[in-house]
Amino acid sequence: MLRIRNMEAGYGNLRVLKNISLHVDGGEIVTMIGANGAGKTTLLHTIIGLVRPTRGEVLFLGQDCRRLEARRIVAAGCALVPEGRQVFATMSVEENLILGGHVLQQREGRAAVLRELGHQYELFPVLRERRQQLAGTLSGGEQQMLAMGRALMSRPRLVMMDEPSTGLAPLVVRDIFRVVVRLREEGNTVLLVEQNARAALGIADRGYVLETGRVILQGPAGDLLANRDVQRAYLGREKIA
Amino acid sequence: MRYTKSRAILCLVALVIVTQLLTRITGTSYYLTQLTMSAYYALVVIGLTVLMGYAGQISIGHAGFFAIGGYLSAALTTHNLIPLAGSPLVQFLGRLGVLVRGQDIYGEQLLTVTPWAACLAAILVAALIAFLLGIPVLKLKGHYLAMATLGFGTIIYRIALASDYFGEADGISEVPGFTLLPGVAGLPPLVVNGDFDSRVQNYYIAWGVLIIGMVLLLNLIDSRVGRALRSIHGSEEAAEAAGVDTARCKLQVFVLSAVYAALAGVLLTHYNGGLGPSEASVMKSVRYVALVAVGGMANLWGALVMGAGLTFLSLRGVFGSFDDAVFGAILILVMLFAPDGILSLRLNGLRTCLKRESTDR
Repeated sequence: MLRIRNMEAGYGNLRVLKNISLHVDGGEIVTMIGANGAGKTTLLHTIIGLVRPTRGEVLFLGQDCRRLEARRIVAAGCALVPEGRQVFATMSVEENLILGGHVLQQREGRAAVLRELGHQYELFPVLRERRQQLAGTLSGGEQQMLAMGRALMSRPRLVMMDEPSTGLAPLVVRDIFRVVVRLREEGNTVLLVEQNARAALGIADRGYVLETGRVILQGPAGDLLANRDVQRAYLGREKIA
Repeated sequence: MRYTKSRAILCLVALVIVTQLLTRITGTSYYLTQLTMSAYYALVVIGLTVLMGYAGQISIGHAGFFAIGGYLSAALTTHNLIPLAGSPLVQFLGRLGVLVRGQDIYGEQLLTVTPWAACLAAILVAALIAFLLGIPVLKLKGHYLAMATLGFGTIIYRIALASDYFGEADGISEVPGFTLLPGVAGLPPLVVNGDFDSRVQNYYIAWGVLIIGMVLLLNLIDSRVGRALRSIHGSEEAAEAAGVDTARCKLQVFVLSAVYAALAGVLLTHYNGGLGPSEASVMKSVRYVALVAVGGMANLWGALVMGAGLTFLSLRGVFGSFDDAVFGAILILVMLFAPDGILSLRLNGLRTCLKRESTDR
């Protein structure tokens, strides 16, 4: 589905990502964990075309997307749930969702958008209850669900989530992660970027550890959870030998 | 949604008709002159509202687009082309049928561009300039965009003031009327001019144009494009990630608002029979921004009501020599006390009032 080889990216002279290689296959949940400033958000922004890679290769569904504009990558089936949710506060919940179907409406018309809207309401019943409410008045957890619903409205092949657990209560985080698992059950592919390593590795199939712009570890999620270095650095569990 | 929208439009149409009848009954039909001008200025304001309030892109240069429309239309319809009659360009224009012959008040032969052609040319030029300016300028945000558009406005103002073709400080006068429709089947022609006899007709033309412009914008806001615009205001990055072509959207709405301003400039110039460089001044641009703000930024109805209302008061001379100061003060006060516009303030006051009464009981 997604294949990245030897990619470098950054802002101006600043190189944030160095020699990144990773792949995501269909039907997987892949998580990318790392501390603040490791380059996680930059990675997602590079994949979706908001930041241009300076070197290397980004293939999405076999298509080279280094030169493509964000909207074309979105139209090709890649969606981003941005960090900090970034719902459109002055628009209603329903308008936010319909906006998420912007490319779908272009491709398949309004009926497809309305169908997809029903699907999101089924996945997030709380959004149906609040459909006419302004998005800015939702709680953090509800905004996160709205951001996810908005991304799913484009009927993506790959959903990328940027730290969905930030600033949410543990119970709410559990709900959000449950939805992620359900997405996989429905045949979706998810690339999940998280600081909450334990929760992310708990549901993922595979994981990568990003540190100062480099992938330093990768492997099945279970192996990473058991890894000493990961435990020490990201799980806050230091065992004295 | 659609129902309330069409009802509001019908109310406006009714209000326009009632106002005209009232001025007739009370013998105050001289008000119609300022009401007509107010409608044209309100056209600039509602166009700017879509750009500023909905798409979130500020422009302190819209008097520039108004002036491009007004000046080009005025210059093309007044400058005599007789001395150039032999040139291939003028002969080509003549063959296209966009030139008209006439006589000035001294009986001299005149050869000028027809108002329809001049109007279209003026609007096309304004749209083209907005397009070319918008590509680099709309990459800027916030204060930087404000500064860049301010710079554009200043350039247009100085060009109007400095060039002989645009009449320097005197501006252009004796601009002919603009015949929108020739008289057919016994009906009089539809002309935009300042003649005493056609005052009522011009009032209806101006408000008709404003209402049509309003309907188009209201529909735009509710469409897919309108949602995309509002999402840009919310977060450009999130809009981009939702697949919205933000650069193109911003450019389109910038050009659209420039076209509204230019059209208003063209029609008002033909109505007034001329215009001067003050129409292009930065103070005018600031005034349009103030009117958008006072209307509630993302509120087309507020912009229309406040745009037409305050402009009417200003044109009646209610604010005297403090005119510009009043608009400056309005801008400050709105930002301080009612960032959602005057209309929201009144409604909120009413709401708290009602609430207090119901709890008192």
